[in-house]
Amino acid sequence: MNRFSVSIQTQDFDVSDELAALRADQPGVGAVCSFVGTVRGGQGLTQMALEHYPGMTERAIEAMMQEASQRFDMQGARVIHRVGELAVGDQIVLVAVTSAHRGQSFQACEFLMDYLKTQAPFWKKESTASGAHWVDARSSDDAALARWGIQKPRNGAS
Amino acid sequence: MMNLTLRYFASIREALGTGSETWQTEATTLAALRDELIARGGAYAERLSRDRPVRMALNQDLCDESVALSDGAEVALFPPVTGG
Repeated sequence: MNRFSVSIQTQDFDVSDELAALRADQPGVGAVCSFVGTVRGGQGLTQMALEHYPGMTERAIEAMMQEASQRFDMQGARVIHRVGELAVGDQIVLVAVTSAHRGQSFQACEFLMDYLKTQAPFWKKESTASGAHWVDARSSDDAALARWGIQKPRNGAS
Repeated sequence: MMNLTLRYFASIREALGTGSETWQTEATTLAALRDELIARGGAYAERLSRDRPVRMALNQDLCDESVALSDGAEVALFPPVTGG
């Protein structure tokens, strides 16, 4: 099986199933690290809609996994990112990494999330009772990426 | 002159009222293309203006605006991403 894979999908995922599949038949794996991002409620949020750039999204995340595997000693990685309409509490994203020892998979998992947050082409639109608005990107995400030594391309006003 | 497919996403797509269009350009770089689109006026001038953050991708690779265009390319314009 492909030990580095990304899926963009509307349907929910099961973390246990995904982790089991990721580390199946790999006796060299001693560490499995995973992160799940969920839809946080509050401030009257009723629904979240996720738009993406089909084609570029998968390609961008595959390139990030490639880069992660060059930086860290990993045996596999699985990224799932949902798109479409989501409710408060829903799972949005899974990033899971396997390695021999825990240090590499902890770091690789955080690296992939930081990278995905700033460069993967998804856009969130939040709905409340009074209407819907697009979420603004956070400069703290760019700072997180710079921490790994990654400069984003310069594009007009940032 | 080059023929391009332009793609728009999120708030840019909504502001321009379209997700995609073909475009014939005199521009040779992404930066010049953006200026050309701004020059169309109306929603293009407002939403793609230099004081608004716009990211650009050429053939599905995120790019610096100094990158050169190629004939038949797909160019996407979108706001800073908010996935994850």
